[in-house]
Amino acid sequence: MTAPVADPAFLTRALLPDLVVSGGAMLLLLYGVWGPETEGRRRGLLLGALVTIAAATCATAFTAATLPRTGVGPLATDAFRWMADVVILLGTLLTLMVMRDHAPRARWALAEPAVLVLLAAGGMMLLAAARDLILVFLGIELMSVASYVLAGIDRRNPRSAEAALKYFLLGAFSTGFLLYGIALLYGATGTTDLARIGQALAAGPSVMATAGLGLLLVGFAFKVAAVPFHLWTPDVYDGAPTPVSGFFATAVKAATFTALVRVTLVAVSPTLVPWNEAVWWLAALTMIAGNAFAIRQRNLKRMLAYSSIAHAGFLLVAVATHTPAGAAAIQFYLLAYALATIGAFAVLSAVGEAADGILHARRLEGLWQVRPGLAMAMAVFMLALLGFPLAGGIGFFAKWYVLQAALQAPVPQTALSIILVVATVVSATFYLYVVMVMFMRPRPADAEAPAPTPAMTRLVIATAVVVILVFGVYPTPLVRVARASAASSFPAGR
Amino acid sequence: MAADLASFLGHWILPALLLVPLLGAGAVLAIGRVAAPGHALVASPLREIRVLTAITLGIEAGLATLLWLSLDPAAGGWQAVVDLPWISEWGARILMGVDPVGGLMILLTAWLMFLSVVGSWNAVTHKLRSYYVLLLVFTSGCIGVFVAIDLLLFYVMWEVVLVPLYFVIGVWGGRERVGSSFRFFVFTMGSSLVMLVAIGALWKSAGQGTFALDALVGAPGPSTTAQVWLFAGFFLAFAVKSAMWPFHTWLPDAQHEAPTTAAIALGIKVGAYGLFRFAMPLFPAAVTHETVRSVVIGLGVVGIIYGALVAMVQPDFKRLVSYAAISHAGFVLVGLFAGSVESVQGAVLVMLSSGVTNAALFLLLGILHEQRGTGMIANFGGLARVVPMFAVMLTLVSLASIGLPGTNGFVGEFLVLLGAYREFPVATFLAGLGVILAAVYFLWATQRVLFQPLAHEANRSLRDLNRREQAVMLVFAVVIVGLGVAPGGLLRHIEPSARKLVARVESRGRPSAAPVPADPVAPPVVPPVVPPVVPPAAPLAAPLALPPSASR
Repeated sequence: MTAPVADPAFLTRALLPDLVVSGGAMLLLLYGVWGPETEGRRRGLLLGALVTIAAATCATAFTAATLPRTGVGPLATDAFRWMADVVILLGTLLTLMVMRDHAPRARWALAEPAVLVLLAAGGMMLLAAARDLILVFLGIELMSVASYVLAGIDRRNPRSAEAALKYFLLGAFSTGFLLYGIALLYGATGTTDLARIGQALAAGPSVMATAGLGLLLVGFAFKVAAVPFHLWTPDVYDGAPTPVSGFFATAVKAATFTALVRVTLVAVSPTLVPWNEAVWWLAALTMIAGNAFAIRQRNLKRMLAYSSIAHAGFLLVAVATHTPAGAAAIQFYLLAYALATIGAFAVLSAVGEAADGILHARRLEGLWQVRPGLAMAMAVFMLALLGFPLAGGIGFFAKWYVLQAALQAPVPQTALSIILVVATVVSATFYLYVVMVMFMRPRPADAEAPAPTPAMTRLVIATAVVVILVFGVYPTPLVRVARASAASSFPAGR
Repeated sequence: MAADLASFLGHWILPALLLVPLLGAGAVLAIGRVAAPGHALVASPLREIRVLTAITLGIEAGLATLLWLSLDPAAGGWQAVVDLPWISEWGARILMGVDPVGGLMILLTAWLMFLSVVGSWNAVTHKLRSYYVLLLVFTSGCIGVFVAIDLLLFYVMWEVVLVPLYFVIGVWGGRERVGSSFRFFVFTMGSSLVMLVAIGALWKSAGQGTFALDALVGAPGPSTTAQVWLFAGFFLAFAVKSAMWPFHTWLPDAQHEAPTTAAIALGIKVGAYGLFRFAMPLFPAAVTHETVRSVVIGLGVVGIIYGALVAMVQPDFKRLVSYAAISHAGFVLVGLFAGSVESVQGAVLVMLSSGVTNAALFLLLGILHEQRGTGMIANFGGLARVVPMFAVMLTLVSLASIGLPGTNGFVGEFLVLLGAYREFPVATFLAGLGVILAAVYFLWATQRVLFQPLAHEANRSLRDLNRREQAVMLVFAVVIVGLGVAPGGLLRHIEPSARKLVARVESRGRPSAAPVPADPVAPPVVPPVVPPVVPPAAPLAAPLALPPSASR
């Protein structure tokens, strides 16, 4: 068990998927800057990115099959990591496909964002694997630095530049919290290894360690956009190009939550009151505020930003359970949420902004009359985010999974469950508003018909709808995988 | 005969009932888009879509009738059971089965959908395809609610029926359609989510291994306090859905704005069925809890009176019918919770007849609405001279809704009052007042519409019922009168289910009151007649078959 951990060959094999993604990104960078960006080159870029992702998926499967799960060492090689990798790669793949259609219309180059998305994915996968706070930091930084640039990739657009600056300033600020927390924890326990921190804290944490954990949590809360550390989110999601916002809302969130779950289950004892209370309040506040702020939003990208905040709250409920069942619920939820959110952003990308660069709900008025398929897909995504059975497919089971994890935890989170339910009812107002605008308002006479949906975007939307609906009827395989991965990765509550 | 039929139908009848509307919906989507060889594509084949929908719903009604004929009231357990694995990690199964009450509700749903589509043939003129697809999907989901005996499956079906109705009201409804559909969706969904939490808690307390109704009923239940809270969660969802006072506010708006068929669909008492099937057997200690019982019966009585009083001042006939339905929901509540076999039977009958009369009224009012574009009572008057057949039907259906002896409405309400009187005389007296008030508002409204001078010129050119509408109305008339004069067969069918529920509630609710026979944990397969409350098990159905001397 312990022998292979320090072995470079083992570490290389354990990092294989991450290396494949990063290597692919480098090659793509070379290809991208070789000459002027033409339609053919864009096609080549997408193909290269797809090949990279396919290779990374194969590498993940290969590593998962050949490497045993080890209980120690800086890199986790457990099913929880592989599941998270799959969600991250899926989010990256769908984002790149939408981006390929979006870039030429928005007149920005595809090469740089494609490379950056892949680099960010590499950081996320490292984050999902990290069992050491140094690696957590490395992963978050790799992911975040790429994200800051992505937010400003449409550099001729002042709103995009503003988003990048805001994201960068607040992101750097939050990284400071994270780093400070790591330093304090190291000072208190003498290690950055999660398991050993857990052992050191088991006896009862010192003030220094508690402060370190608190700062660590603040850093995570910034990254997942939990209230009250969410203030950057609406501006960034609104200003960033639509596919990039979708990427932020899904893959970034998925990776950060994976790391947060690992930190919680490995390093933090279920009886550590300050941490648990902090997570409880974060979850409650995030659910309430995220949904409440979304109600009045008529700018759809801001609405989806608040929706992503709200979903961070729902996910935090599962974190608060402090059980492997909660971890399984998070993985299931992340997949469902990623599909619905990327699908929704893909629809928004297909509809396109108005001339002023704002995606107001008016753009969707009467969409059903002119683009019935697009409208129905968007309705499915909205209902999935609402957590509605069958019509919203997998979304319902995701929410139910979180709810049941909260109810069956050793300390039942009954109050959080009630808040979750009330928040869901509140969220119906804005998700249904989108549906209502599309189906029950007439198409304005002066509205130009939306441009035909490009092929890749259409493929993304169709895939998301089909997966959501199919697993919405029969979620059993996914439940089985999520449950097994969490149970094998965190045995005996660890 | 029933046994042969049952073995012939076997285990395919329930899946067939669920799938036929969906297949029909697929066909409606495809028709005219997929060209038959040698035929040109028709852009919008209105007639074909309507005919196809009617045929599908006709088949569905036929299947439902077959199912009803095959049910054996004497068999204690579920019939036509389907049991498939679903989400084994959580113990959820696709577990379906019916008893006579479930069969009755399926029969009601299938026939109402069929008759309402045929009866409001031309009510919708734009985006026909989507409209009928949604109606078919609703039919399937609604029948799913009545066959599910796994709580998670039930919840999924329960929620799913919202979506088609939301769109039907919101897209094809009247002027206030958007707000009404939104209120309908959020009210029902919000209350259902509370039930979801209760389902989760119940699932946890039963060992996290199963959602099957029988297993949960058989499991040692949670403590009385916990039961009361869980029951409250279920009750909220069911009370909102069946528009019981004070959770009724969405119904009049939704029914007023909805197209005829959706208004009829909203009138199916799904929520009351949920109380009967799930909330009451699952939480007997809560149901027999003194406070809970008085509160619920109180709500029922207030609902009866309130619904009647508000109906009286409605200037709009459709809203009046909605408030009448709220009044009926009160009767169901009183009947279910009064806890005698007669009252429970009566409640089931009120569920049935409220759906029937509600449907007939909305069809008739829809016919008026189509021609005049209004449902205000003041806009009519003297119609009896212009449209005599319409007038006859409206009178008959109104009388049934009032509960005149000899109509279906009477039997249910009378049984409720009879069964409740012994334990709750004051509530029964007040509920009886509701019947009188019903006579006041309905007779007054029909009088203002049908009689009095013909004040409005526009009403002179109204057309009477056409052949199609006559046929539909004839069916309703037969049911109304048939159930009114000879309810015996029906009562005999639902008596065992009612008896089972009462025994279940009593056996677990009062462990100390009487020496409980045998093992209290065993689910009451053969319900023992529990001595203290139920009087000597009198032959219930027989004496009620004859129209009693009118009591009002």
